[in-house]
Amino acid sequence: MNVFNLFRIAWKALVRNKLRAFLTMLGIIIGVASVITMVAIGEGSKQSIRDQLSGMGSNMINIRPSSNVTVGGGARLGASGLQTLKVEDVDAIKEKVNFITAVSPGFQASGQVINGALNWPTTIQGVSPDYLPVIREWKIKDGLNFTEEDVKTMAKVCVIGQTIVENVFTSGQNPIGQTIRFGKIPLKVIGVLAEKGENTFGQDQDDIIIAPYTTVQKRILAVPFVQTIYASAVNEQSSDTATKEITAVLRKQHKLKASDEDDFSIRTQAELISTISSTSELLTVLLAAIAGISLVVGGIGIMNIMYVSVTERTKEIGLRMSIGARGIDILLQFLVEAILISITGGIIGVALGIGAAELVNVFMQWPILISNSSIILSFMVCAITGVFFGYYPAQKAARLDPIEALRYE
Amino acid sequence: MANAILDIQHLKREFKMGSETVRALRGVSFNVQPGEFVTIMGSSGSGKTTLLNILGCLDKPTDGDYLLDAVNVKHLSRNELARLRNRKIGFVFQSYNLLARTSALENVELPLLYNSGISSRERREKAMKALEAVKLADRIDHLPNQLSGGQQQRVAIARALVNEPVMILADEATGNLDTRTSYEIMSLMQELNTQQGKTIVFVTHEPDIAAFSSRTVTLKDGHVIKDSKNENIKSAKEALESLPVNDDY
Repeated sequence: MNVFNLFRIAWKALVRNKLRAFLTMLGIIIGVASVITMVAIGEGSKQSIRDQLSGMGSNMINIRPSSNVTVGGGARLGASGLQTLKVEDVDAIKEKVNFITAVSPGFQASGQVINGALNWPTTIQGVSPDYLPVIREWKIKDGLNFTEEDVKTMAKVCVIGQTIVENVFTSGQNPIGQTIRFGKIPLKVIGVLAEKGENTFGQDQDDIIIAPYTTVQKRILAVPFVQTIYASAVNEQSSDTATKEITAVLRKQHKLKASDEDDFSIRTQAELISTISSTSELLTVLLAAIAGISLVVGGIGIMNIMYVSVTERTKEIGLRMSIGARGIDILLQFLVEAILISITGGIIGVALGIGAAELVNVFMQWPILISNSSIILSFMVCAITGVFFGYYPAQKAARLDPIEALRYE
Repeated sequence: MANAILDIQHLKREFKMGSETVRALRGVSFNVQPGEFVTIMGSSGSGKTTLLNILGCLDKPTDGDYLLDAVNVKHLSRNELARLRNRKIGFVFQSYNLLARTSALENVELPLLYNSGISSRERREKAMKALEAVKLADRIDHLPNQLSGGQQQRVAIARALVNEPVMILADEATGNLDTRTSYEIMSLMQELNTQQGKTIVFVTHEPDIAAFSSRTVTLKDGHVIKDSKNENIKSAKEALESLPVNDDY
């Protein structure tokens, strides 16, 4: 019997019992739709976390001082009080480490920013000119970034975030060229940063003033040590290599012996991303597992109905055999019926799942990501479900004795 | 008898029922020539159902030979038997066995679906021709539940004819029908036999049905007790005309 006839026979048998075919499909439809929707939600949240973290500069490497010094009865000092990193370390990293594109010292200070009658509590960040364009990949919306020359001269200039603009400037006022005060230091606004919004942890990233590091270090803080060193790896993959290189350079720079602990710690953004993504990865796997179970339940539904169908249609099977259907013809007919049910259910399920995911996106504002792989996968699972759960009932049908099947009432 | 349609020699069929052996057929021999209309008679328990199953290639004899159109079925596999049923035999059952919710045309096409050598156009043409032969050309799209018993049986006969079998094998084909409709079916059978030369083997237990055939084989307890040519074949058409006109309602 040719394949076309086979599908024709199976299709007609299904159409003869539309409601039952649909009810059987329902299990598969729900299973596939929930796989698609759940995975879309899981992948969507993973993607959005990844995007936000990448927005912070996915190649960014943070170096902070840490203590190998114990004082008193063995108590360690916290990082804020530590003074192990120096501007010379930054220069050494810049010179000797190959896998980085930029490096910048970081000096942070908190304080009140004042413009006329308006003031606002914020943070000032003192960095090198590479920090914004290379390390953070942060665009300046209006005006300009400061230069190496500004660093050398401890220029009283700054680039400000959107939150600062909103809080210390009246609407319509152009901040560029205005002078604001951070504490007692007057700073000329030369640029405004593009809006970034909140980060993953709910922190307002736009609530910041960026200035040359020398200005912050010497004019505001007046400290000799560096609080943080920011570096940018060539790409996400090379951040591990860059970390190793930096470790080696800093250990040499700090004249640490092989037995000494590092007096600094290095965090990479890639590390953070993988930690957080692995959490949402787990979420996706869990959701997919729940959905997968419903797919299996749907498959068992098919098997159940196919068994009932074989019993109910015993006489039909007997007739088909008496007019020349071989065992294999009957087997294939029931198998194709099961596969048609599961694949048709799969198609409806995929459409429904995509629809449901879009609805979640529109009404609940959850990020979604419908991946082709989840569609292809659940479709394949459907076909396999059809074959697997359809085979035994089909085999039962094929093994019927035509004489007994014909006499069956 | 080289060109007999059906040739059975010393056919035996035994069933094991627990420790007992039931001997349904105890050595049956006869043959059927092309164009014959044979009825096989016998009361229940005579072995006629067993014989029918063997003649229809649904079952194989325990002993003896059965040659259908010069093919000995003894050595055939299940699949080869299925092929033989598809190409050489047309079954007509007592309970019609039409597929529900399937049009008359599609029911008639069914055997051809299991014959991969036939295109869908050919299939349709053959099914139409078969339905014309049973005078149901105007009912091709009707579903079985929209047809009377007699019409359903005619669809079943069309289905038996569609593969151009060497023999039509009918099993109590008039058992579910009233006298008038039975005569209509027998009239159609006679027509197929005389005008188109179809070989028909008709299993029945009703003697008045046997009167329409050209030969009657009677079974009892697994033996042929009588095998006689019918010298005075009754015409079903005339019998039908002689029935009183139905004016009950």
